[in-house]
Amino acid sequence: MSFLEVTAFLFDGFKISLLIFAVTLLCGAPLGLPIAFCSMSRFKTVKSISKVVVWIVRGIPLMLQIFIIYYVPGLLFDFPMFSQIDRYFFINYGISDTGRIIAVLIAFSLNYACYFSEIYRGGIESISKGQYEAGYVLGLNKSQVFRKIILKQVIKRIVPPMSNEIITLIKDTALANCIVVCEIIKQAKELAATKAMVWPLFYTGVFYLLFVGILTIVLGKLEKKLSYFRS
Amino acid sequence: MAILEVKNIKKSFGKTEVLKNISFSLEKGEVLAIIGSSGSGKTTLLRCLNFLETPDNGSITVDSKVLYDSEDKTTLSDETIRQNRLHFGLVFQNFNLFPQYNVLENVTLAPTLLKRGTDEEIKEKALELIGEVGLTEKIDSYPCQLSGGQQQRVAIARALAMNPDILCFDEPTSALDPELTGEVLKVIKGLASADSTMIVVTHEMEFAKNVAHKVIFMADGVIEEMGTPEEVFDNPKSPKTKAFLAKSLETI
Repeated sequence: MSFLEVTAFLFDGFKISLLIFAVTLLCGAPLGLPIAFCSMSRFKTVKSISKVVVWIVRGIPLMLQIFIIYYVPGLLFDFPMFSQIDRYFFINYGISDTGRIIAVLIAFSLNYACYFSEIYRGGIESISKGQYEAGYVLGLNKSQVFRKIILKQVIKRIVPPMSNEIITLIKDTALANCIVVCEIIKQAKELAATKAMVWPLFYTGVFYLLFVGILTIVLGKLEKKLSYFRS
Repeated sequence: MAILEVKNIKKSFGKTEVLKNISFSLEKGEVLAIIGSSGSGKTTLLRCLNFLETPDNGSITVDSKVLYDSEDKTTLSDETIRQNRLHFGLVFQNFNLFPQYNVLENVTLAPTLLKRGTDEEIKEKALELIGEVGLTEKIDSYPCQLSGGQQQRVAIARALAMNPDILCFDEPTSALDPELTGEVLKVIKGLASADSTMIVVTHEMEFAKNVAHKVIFMADGVIEEMGTPEEVFDNPKSPKTKAFLAKSLETI
């Protein structure tokens, strides 16, 4: 296999990594917000439930969570949902791995939503009470105060920790190969097994590095864009 | 007819009784200065008037409209509280400007969100108010680019933009460098001569004496002495007032 062929083969895998990355971000980031609000709730039960969920999700290895999501429907309800989705899509459309990828996406989104929720909570709680009160005494309601006054200040504060999580996320996508999803590392291992080529495994690092480089630039720009004010 | 009538306000935080039966009234166009040492309940009183705290007892009436009465056991809805707050403006000790908005946007934000006119009308009025506090050149600046005194003047313009019946100041110069207090006090003094109704919690005795029509001296959650500046400053009756004034006028 030529260098270009290897690159193309690995890039096929990296597309799956990017898919997991994008969906996790699109689902996990919004989902983190209600979890953050529950963790700050006045109602003790809501708050406790939310805290326990966050504790469990952050306390168990992500790899184990992927196994749990993937295998539990089959073990508990005798309904191996994800492998059936796999089979259905393979037979009807010739696409493999669909069910496995969905399982991975669910595990990743939940896991990252919990991490994001804690970042949001920290950001929201760090805004001074005076900012809320200044809004209230002007006659604004709670939703206006949050949307028009608090939110942007929170965003500014959470960009650095969020950047950190987002960079970790692209590297975490490698965990999907624990249920044989063909992401980039799985592809490289495939080459090692079938063609006795080990160097592509190390070559995958270049893909991650390039992508993290782009992310760093984009997130840095966002941080700079919000640097016009201090809060 | 008094524009503001406060009756028997009591407020406790846990076991600490911060306000013990506060009653006073204010005529339209009057300036009331509230003085007293830290922890005497001045700020809590202002916060009760602005519905940032709910009094445990008593009533607040503005322009013959009862805004709060502890006898009425129905809890106030968020919307009623919001409406009530519109009667008052509050200028904070540490300004609390919105950092992500420039001077003009800080002043126009609330009127725009509450649809107090067309965008042009709101902007025109905001520019007028910013001119009154002397910051016309700074309309595009962000709070972090302003001095404390300038920030406080923006905060005053922001409060005025909502046209409150009564404007409250919570130690407006306490967070400022001494050389900056003058510019803020001058603005407040200007408002006083324009017949705005104001309540000013302050440690600036000279200012209270010169600008206020009425002075309240608070100590340990009660109104220890109330009267004209001449009565309170020149002929205080209560020994606590005498002691406080002697202390605050002491030259070092």
